[in-house]
Amino acid sequence: MNDDRIDQIIESHQSEASSLIQVLLDIQSEDRWLSKEALSRVSEKLDVPLRRIQHIATFYKAFSLSPKGRHEVHICMGTACHVRGAGRVLEKVEAVTGIGPGETDLDMKFSLETVNCLGCCALGPVMEIDGTTHGRLSAADTTDVLQTYE
Amino acid sequence: MKSIRMQIDGKEVQAAKGMTVLEAARSAGISIPTLCHHEQLAPFGGCRLCIVEVEAHGGKNIVASCVFQAEDDLIINTRSDKIDRIRKSILELLLAHAPESPRLQELAKDYGADKDKFPQEASFCVHCGLCVRYCAEVKQLNAVGFIDRGIRKEIAFLPEIASKECNDCKECFPLCPTSYLQAAFVLVESLAFPRDQATQA
Repeated sequence: MNDDRIDQIIESHQSEASSLIQVLLDIQSEDRWLSKEALSRVSEKLDVPLRRIQHIATFYKAFSLSPKGRHEVHICMGTACHVRGAGRVLEKVEAVTGIGPGETDLDMKFSLETVNCLGCCALGPVMEIDGTTHGRLSAADTTDVLQTYE
Repeated sequence: MKSIRMQIDGKEVQAAKGMTVLEAARSAGISIPTLCHHEQLAPFGGCRLCIVEVEAHGGKNIVASCVFQAEDDLIINTRSDKIDRIRKSILELLLAHAPESPRLQELAKDYGADKDKFPQEASFCVHCGLCVRYCAEVKQLNAVGFIDRGIRKEIAFLPEIASKECNDCKECFPLCPTSYLQAAFVLVESLAFPRDQATQA
């Protein structure tokens, strides 16, 4: 993201230091991560020390300080999904994508995260990709689902 | 202007409006142990060692005296069996991080805290925030800050600022109760802006 776009986002929040989190969320949703350059620009424009922005950006899980892949894969590890075989789904995803939880592959295709409950336990084991829920997964289904993403 | 009257450890104490219980007690010569408190810095309420028992409005409460405002007619106990027991536990938890800290060992002796009560933690930082707050509030350099949260919370220097400012300052070093700060600085220095051996006489 270039500085002009960042300035635009900041202006849409009236350049208020109290809108820092909203500004960061907007940048995060466009870039899927917060680059150091972006954070420095925000720090300069909102007159908030980088130290403080760094604390906030590392505090909330919604922010990422490393680049994310085009598709964000969330695998539910909640109790219901766990007993219905979420472990096998995770193993399959790890095998197909070659990455573990918290990682992004070299082609920047997938980022993998485990989550603790997606709130649809009856559909377990559940995997969510870019907000779309895939339920009642077997290991074979998992591979098929992943292959539909480019 | 001393306008508030209260009782600390059975002694009548006067305090000015806006003072904390800790400040009022210290001005009357009553000592309360602290770790994260610093006169030049805003109260933080981080270490919880300064807890006292407050009796007011018909109830008894345990509060952190460094962030509790002085009020008329408070009755405060700075030591009791309960307070001592809690302080001992807090010290034992802090000692799990920094068993060799002289400041902690001194307090541990007063309260009979056992440094081996809890298994040792890998981080030496006790999150008192003295370095972070001193750098931000007094020096306004913001060269060191907290990152992450909960059990993963730690202090981190910002290499860009630290490389320019820290070598001429280092005023936070003596504030650190555990020496972890110095270790963190040496680490970031060696990784991000190593000193040129030739210029180091």
